[in-house]
Amino acid sequence: MTVPPKPSLNPVPLKERMKLPRQNMPEQAPEVRATEFTEVNLGYSEELARQEALRCIECAKPACTKDCPVGVKVHEFVQMIVAGDFLGAAAKIREDNVLPAITGRVCPQEDHCEGGCLMGKKVKPLGIGYLERFVADYEKRMGVSPAPNAPPTGKKVAVVGSGPSGLTVAGDLVQKGHKVRVFEALHELGGVLVYGIPEFRLPKQIIHEQLDYMRAMGVEFETDVVVGRTVSINELLEEEGYDAVFIGTGAGLPVFMNIPGEHLNGVYSANEFLTRINLMKAYKFPVYDEPMLDLHGKNVAVIGGGNTALDAIRSALRLGARKAYVLYRRSEAEMPARAEEVKHAREEGIEFQMLTNPIEFKPDGEGWLGAVRCQRMELGEPDASGRRRPVPIAGSEFEIPLSVAVIAVGTTANPIVQSTTPGLGTDKRGYIQANSDTQRTSRKGVFAGGDIVTGGATVILAMGAGRRAAKSIHDYLTTGEW
Amino acid sequence: MFNILHAEFLAPGIKRFVIEAPRIARKQRPGQFVIVRIHEEGERIPLTIENSDPQKGTINIVVQSLGKTTNLLNSLGAGDHIMDVVGPLGKPSEIEKFGTVVVMGGGVGTAMAYPTAAALKQAGNKVISIVGARNKELVILEREMREVSDVLMITTDDGSYADKGFVTDKLRQLIQNGVPINLVLAIGPIPMMRAVADMTRSEHIRTLVSLNPIMIDGTGMCGGCRVLAEGKSKFACVDGPEFDAHQVDFAVLVQRNGAYRSQEQQSLAEYRRALESHLKNTDAEGKGICAAKGVTQ
Repeated sequence: MTVPPKPSLNPVPLKERMKLPRQNMPEQAPEVRATEFTEVNLGYSEELARQEALRCIECAKPACTKDCPVGVKVHEFVQMIVAGDFLGAAAKIREDNVLPAITGRVCPQEDHCEGGCLMGKKVKPLGIGYLERFVADYEKRMGVSPAPNAPPTGKKVAVVGSGPSGLTVAGDLVQKGHKVRVFEALHELGGVLVYGIPEFRLPKQIIHEQLDYMRAMGVEFETDVVVGRTVSINELLEEEGYDAVFIGTGAGLPVFMNIPGEHLNGVYSANEFLTRINLMKAYKFPVYDEPMLDLHGKNVAVIGGGNTALDAIRSALRLGARKAYVLYRRSEAEMPARAEEVKHAREEGIEFQMLTNPIEFKPDGEGWLGAVRCQRMELGEPDASGRRRPVPIAGSEFEIPLSVAVIAVGTTANPIVQSTTPGLGTDKRGYIQANSDTQRTSRKGVFAGGDIVTGGATVILAMGAGRRAAKSIHDYLTTGEW
Repeated sequence: MFNILHAEFLAPGIKRFVIEAPRIARKQRPGQFVIVRIHEEGERIPLTIENSDPQKGTINIVVQSLGKTTNLLNSLGAGDHIMDVVGPLGKPSEIEKFGTVVVMGGGVGTAMAYPTAAALKQAGNKVISIVGARNKELVILEREMREVSDVLMITTDDGSYADKGFVTDKLRQLIQNGVPINLVLAIGPIPMMRAVADMTRSEHIRTLVSLNPIMIDGTGMCGGCRVLAEGKSKFACVDGPEFDAHQVDFAVLVQRNGAYRSQEQQSLAEYRRALESHLKNTDAEGKGICAAKGVTQ
């Protein structure tokens, strides 16, 4: 453990700090960004970053670090920003987080570091996410090379999936001197970061830079490998000489609603809609070959209230949708999406229809979607999730004319790895069972983490699982004990 | 990058490629397919694996020129590369001793049916194969199918080769002649598969079809390839590609496969225009992927 620098480097007296305003993130104007895919948030300047860092009240027991799934040493890196040592701050974050430019952009800080920030009880919490993003981008601009890895251990680890959990495992283990190879099913690396999260929230360039950094660290990547089909887990362990395997295959199969009309053309899963746009660049058709329906002047709705739903509908707006709706069956208070994303979406002109549940997709007569029939809901008693259960209001049915509907109500486990790996324990929903501390599965030498264990969650929770898995894999490789 | 070691036209517009893909060659089972992407701006399309050689580390794929991507692919030859080939995808065909199996291949579907026919024969089944095509030139894999079939029947729509008619005519004859049939596997154009399903439904003959919906990732992630089968959404890439023919809603399949028709036509037209203007300007020998791409950009 590094001891925090004492006395404080912060020249502002403690009692004055709470009076300093939180520095806002500079953003593109809504009317400009609603028509293009360039990033909404523009990032802090050095001056803004330093101003914000000065607000940290340096708690004795910082909840920010405790509440961070990967345990970033927030107080320490923020003090380095105060001192103007931005590269030192970046190195400090990298001790715990191999993807700072990514988490600085997409992490729900309000649920973790900033949610725990003591200042938040009286004033606005410290802008930890914005600061993390600033130092990560600063480090990139300075062209810093990775720190040297530990001497080679002679051990080989296979990582299945190049999303947030897999990249975290790979980064942590390669630093320990293990040889790491990451297998990716798609033609591009990054998993959900690439196919799921749109350019305006996480530019592909940022992901490419992070991947280049990992290559420089010595991580090997192989695309076009669907583990379970192209090669099995057993073959990796027994024939290709890997000493351990980490499974981080992600959020799996999209869930449909089983309501009439779901097979009409124009009804998409959020995964397909976002994959066409983000991974396949269908919005650049015909320069790119993957086609996409022309959304100009069309009514588009997304069904669901999570970040994926907002990513999809904000993409639709940028592709020319005339009306862009979010249909969500509960109220705004229950929406799982980040508050910042809801705010951004509203500013851009997305229309939220809360307490609204689609019950039928109606055809236009030619095999295409023409309208969605909905019913209004009211909130009843809390359900198993602790949120108040939405109950239909009798006689409240109504229709919205619609050309495209995007279903973003969640995913279920992809069975490919589980069904081709004998002895790998799964729960009754088909997710891989893994110990929540060690991420060990029922198979010796096989670890798992991220959405394939927990079901759909967030980038940072997957990275937290990756962190625990890396530690546990390192222990296993070092001791040989299972 | 995946190297093309050999390429030959089996029929006008239908080409067979031998591709170096050792991992896929080792794992491929009959009934499975690959997804390819041929250049940086390319789409992902599913293609048939006709055969594989695990020792040599090669797979054979068979491609029919239909849209831009397949035309572009079929302009490639030995020594060229394909950017991405991923697989083998989908569930393998169920191979066991059923008794008498009728394997039906329509057009390029014969290439998909061939490895399963071979495996069914190997498993001790009596294999009656019915291969159909529009005309003589488009009959493919006749020799290969003959080798793995106890009986091979061929039909052409125009009668230019073998018997005039459709593959379903032959199936009807078999049924009418009282040939006991334990399983029918039909792979080909949707109208053909639908006609087979209609014919065997009333006879209560178990019938499988291999579906080829629009697909992107091929791993179950996007749900774009969903088909309506048994009244439920099924994903052709992970639940299929083979389905019980009597449970498939073919009308939905036809409708969904047409979703991007206008874009597909636009893409193909632009590709052809680019190719023509390129060929006008350069030596005709220089055609191929790079050349064509260079013009489109």
